[in-house]
Amino acid sequence: MLLDIHNLVQRFGTTTVLDGLALQTGDVRALVLVGPSGGGKSTLLRILAGLDVPVAGSVAFDGEQLPRDEPALREYRRTVGTVFQAYNLFPHLTALENLLMPLIHVHGLSQSEARARVREPLERFGLADHAHKRPAELSGGQKQRIAILRALVVQPKRLFLDEPTSALDPEMTAEVLEMIGELKELGTQFVLVTHEMGFARRAADEVAFVGDGRVLAHGPPAEIIDRSDVPRVRSFFARILS
Amino acid sequence: MPRWLAHTIVVILFAALIALAFSRVDYAWNWAGVWEYRQKFLQGFGVTVALSLASLVASTLIGIVAAVLLGSKNVMLEAVGRVYVELIRGTPLLVQLLLGFYVVASAVGLENRYVVGVLVLALFSGAYMAEIFRGGLAAIPQTQRDSARAIGLTPWQSLRLVILPQAVRLVLPAVAGQFVSLIKDSSLLSVIAVSEFTLAAQEVNSFTYSTLESYLPLAAGYLLLTLPLSALSRLLERRYRYEM
Repeated sequence: MLLDIHNLVQRFGTTTVLDGLALQTGDVRALVLVGPSGGGKSTLLRILAGLDVPVAGSVAFDGEQLPRDEPALREYRRTVGTVFQAYNLFPHLTALENLLMPLIHVHGLSQSEARARVREPLERFGLADHAHKRPAELSGGQKQRIAILRALVVQPKRLFLDEPTSALDPEMTAEVLEMIGELKELGTQFVLVTHEMGFARRAADEVAFVGDGRVLAHGPPAEIIDRSDVPRVRSFFARILS
Repeated sequence: MPRWLAHTIVVILFAALIALAFSRVDYAWNWAGVWEYRQKFLQGFGVTVALSLASLVASTLIGIVAAVLLGSKNVMLEAVGRVYVELIRGTPLLVQLLLGFYVVASAVGLENRYVVGVLVLALFSGAYMAEIFRGGLAAIPQTQRDSARAIGLTPWQSLRLVILPQAVRLVLPAVAGQFVSLIKDSSLLSVIAVSEFTLAAQEVNSFTYSTLESYLPLAAGYLLLTLPLSALSRLLERRYRYEM
């Protein structure tokens, strides 16, 4: 995917969170956004995912501009998938019902068509045995993996993942990252916000450092994480990687 | 020990204690006198049931409307909701009944004390329902709404498939409690001479001077209404629990 962002501005009340952010990527499969808390990564992701409308600026994926009106944005959201840090799944439904819901209620599949579609992904990622459980009965890692599956089964153009492992312990974090890595091998495009630098180094095609509402550095992962010549970026990684 | 057995034993012990207390008091029981008025009791009970049901439904609707107002981004609408809730929750039901019937209803020309009674009761309970509903909605994490939007659900679909199912489960205990309170509060309608259960007991007492024999059945009658409601609520809570 080619991502083209120009002069993106986002404000909440009187606070400016994105301050004329610009980014032009190459044709990447995996774009990873990193940076300090409050720097604007999640805000940016929400705009890219079609959840929020920026105050100003433009975003285009593969040449297609993101709409600004809600009905069109809703149509856009139906073509992509988003996974948040926690509380993705609907707790009153089983894992399976969570997966079926977008297929049946948004994409118009019948019950049997929907069930057929989710069978293979559930088996492939080892979650078939857990399908009849409610989220409360699942581990954090299982919940996040089901949430990723729910985003996947609608066959989205790309996935947006906002710190999907930040609420998980190391073992479950590895579980989820493994799945995301596997998805990348299978050809899924995604934009990922994460603090997992090891994974970013391995899996990202390009990394963008978002801080103070702007992209402060952008390029191949090794260049940004290990060898950045932007002082702010350098000191960030020096501190967290030590 | 099974729970029902423990409950039964405690109730029997309690009843035995009461019976013991009364056996020591030199009280001339006059159940026969009160039994003559059983028709009156039954009619009063029926009126209480009808009033409670009507107020239950009305207060739930009012509560929903008020909850929507309270959550509105429109300053004026939110103000209407907030003033309503604060006024009603800050004054006694008795005061609202007296003002409602003798002042407001007279001014408006509404003479039917039953209708006024139901309205006042519904407005009273509705204010508490509004806060219960607000609390329930607020307890649902924002990510739930985000996830619903992210999937591409319309606002109406989000409400129907995601928000309401969770909100109903969250507020069920509190709403059941409010229903029980409503049934008991309906006894206050006796002050505007609505011929419900409590007024019936008061009248029988004034005819027979048999206070305990008039008021004990009254208590039993209310328990007959409130206990099944509590039990039903606990049953529904257990069935629909999903443990966030």
